[in-house]
Amino acid sequence: MLAKKESLRKEIAATKTLKKIMANHFYELDEAARTGSKKVAWCTSVGPAELLRGMGFLVYFPENHGAMLGATRMATELIPYANAIGYSPDICSYLTSDIGSYLQKKTPLTKAYNIESVPRPDVLVFNTNQCRDVQDWFTWYGREFGVPVVGIHTHRDIGRIRDYQIKDIAKQIEDLIPPLEEVTGEKFDMDRFKEAVALSRQCSILWRRCLEAAAAIPSPWTFFDATIHMGPAVVARGTKEAVDYYELLLEELTQRVKDGTAAVEGERYRLYWEGMPIWGKLRSLSELFASLQTCIVASTYCNSWIFDQLDPDEPFESMARAYTELFIVRDEAYKEEYIKSCFEFFKLHGIIFHDAKTCPNNSNNRYGMPERLSKKLGIPTLTINGDLNDLRCYSEEQAKTNIEAFIEQLEEE
Amino acid sequence: MSEPVFVGVDVGASRTKVAVLDKNKEIIGHSVRKSGTDFEKTAELALDEALKMAGLSREDIGFCVSTGYGRKNVPFSEFTKTEIGCHAKGAFHYFPMAITIIDIGGQDNKIIKLDEAGHRLSFKMNRKCAAGTGAFLEEMSMRLDIPLEEMDELARQSENLVELGSYCTVFSATEVLEKIRQGKKVPDIVKGLFLSVIKRVLEMDSLTDRVVMTGGVVEHNPYLVEMVRERTGLEVMVPERPQLTGAVGAALYAMDAAAASEK
Repeated sequence: MLAKKESLRKEIAATKTLKKIMANHFYELDEAARTGSKKVAWCTSVGPAELLRGMGFLVYFPENHGAMLGATRMATELIPYANAIGYSPDICSYLTSDIGSYLQKKTPLTKAYNIESVPRPDVLVFNTNQCRDVQDWFTWYGREFGVPVVGIHTHRDIGRIRDYQIKDIAKQIEDLIPPLEEVTGEKFDMDRFKEAVALSRQCSILWRRCLEAAAAIPSPWTFFDATIHMGPAVVARGTKEAVDYYELLLEELTQRVKDGTAAVEGERYRLYWEGMPIWGKLRSLSELFASLQTCIVASTYCNSWIFDQLDPDEPFESMARAYTELFIVRDEAYKEEYIKSCFEFFKLHGIIFHDAKTCPNNSNNRYGMPERLSKKLGIPTLTINGDLNDLRCYSEEQAKTNIEAFIEQLEEE
Repeated sequence: MSEPVFVGVDVGASRTKVAVLDKNKEIIGHSVRKSGTDFEKTAELALDEALKMAGLSREDIGFCVSTGYGRKNVPFSEFTKTEIGCHAKGAFHYFPMAITIIDIGGQDNKIIKLDEAGHRLSFKMNRKCAAGTGAFLEEMSMRLDIPLEEMDELARQSENLVELGSYCTVFSATEVLEKIRQGKKVPDIVKGLFLSVIKRVLEMDSLTDRVVMTGGVVEHNPYLVEMVRERTGLEVMVPERPQLTGAVGAALYAMDAAAASEK
């Protein structure tokens, strides 16, 4: 029966520190871009951030800006401007909303931090491990700003990872050094690079432990919390601040587990979220699940910033491994096994697949996986049609009915 | 006060349906009205109509459950259930066996699979598009200037069905205009529209051996059922009043809740 009582998720105290870190990240970038005090590199979210930090760049992540455009619901209004200059509504809505934002000179950074615009890049660095769209996205800005665009082209649909693939990616990372040296005007410093790799590894290990805390029953936090608290793992990995932050967060989550504190009061069901978040609907979805006493305890999305393969003693190879072993780069069989292991670890009752209209690469329902996993694991799955940023592709009422019906189904089992 | 009755209210995107069940699970009153813009008022009017038919008043209601898109807009219901749950419950009441339910509604379609005990195994709703729903037929009836209630009879007269290839309601309309220009006969086009609805539904999910069809579109266009039988070769069953299935399911939930509260 539908629970009438609205029970909202518990706020996390570390959020204050998180906000400071994110604010400093943007202020530092803004200052550097305005004064030229430091070089700014734009990097894809699972791109070679450690190398860039090791070479002294400040690193800006357009996908993070894309997520902000989604979360502030500015995206749906801005996407059409990119569509109008030839970027299809069917391609990545991070790309279209970000380009729309640039064209319209509107950014959520203004309201949040009083920053006029995103920081001007000195170089753009991508890794196609996520998709081809990131390359097209960066190439557009490369033309716009007249700055170099360099990148790594990843192997795709990988089952078992072969040595030749790692060697290839490691070489591609190494090959980025000369063009990046041209931008910085400084010689590459191996020790500094290794230090960034070591810090990124520490950040990753802590982030993993934070996510794993959700295996506790009841879970101390939700997927919706994690989508916010992953900020430093994305934008500040390779820095000491990120490491300090996840130590703080882990402490809080560990305490919650000890105290039996539930993120969702009266947690009855534990679900997995597969696919992109629906950024503009995080709050309403979080409240809906909480009202159904259901906790989304884990997700492929938040797990995608775990790079604990990183090893400062083998910086290029270990980076190649970390950025190739990612879920999104792998074949269907690997993905299924991965979700199966999450099912066991997090003690799940069901899986929600988000079919994001403009993100085929990160919508894993399209080749029969929900049906196969449902059969294999003996649990129900639900597919929600929507999008990461383009809310024109999302029907709130329909999603709500689907989610409520899914919980009813669990209740009646 | 006589024996309490159980009420299900299904506020759909197009129509609001009320079913009043007695303790033997028989429908003793019902009503179907356009949902309009004031769901609360429509639900009240439909309830009064259904109670009047049963010769009862509101005091006779033992328990009431609402469902459908407007399920939260029914002030007199004790709790809500989704239309997926209610269609499953209602269809299983009439056909207590392992079934696949196809519900074709005004604005959405559902495919729900139940096991032999009535447990839901899976469900799917149409993606965010009205193709293949009642809204598609309504749009086409308007475009072709054919009253909705005449479509079923027209489709039956078809001798040479005109297939429509498009996925999208708007493109289908253009395609229909093209067929008219080509001199195709109206009954053949209407049967093509029916087939388009069926194709949209059948591509949503696989079917099991026994199929139950519910919803207003099937109630008013029973030829669709015959076409599904012909196309799939499966046993396709239909409750007596397919449009009321969701409301009946809601009333059955009301009955369960009343029984549980007595324990």
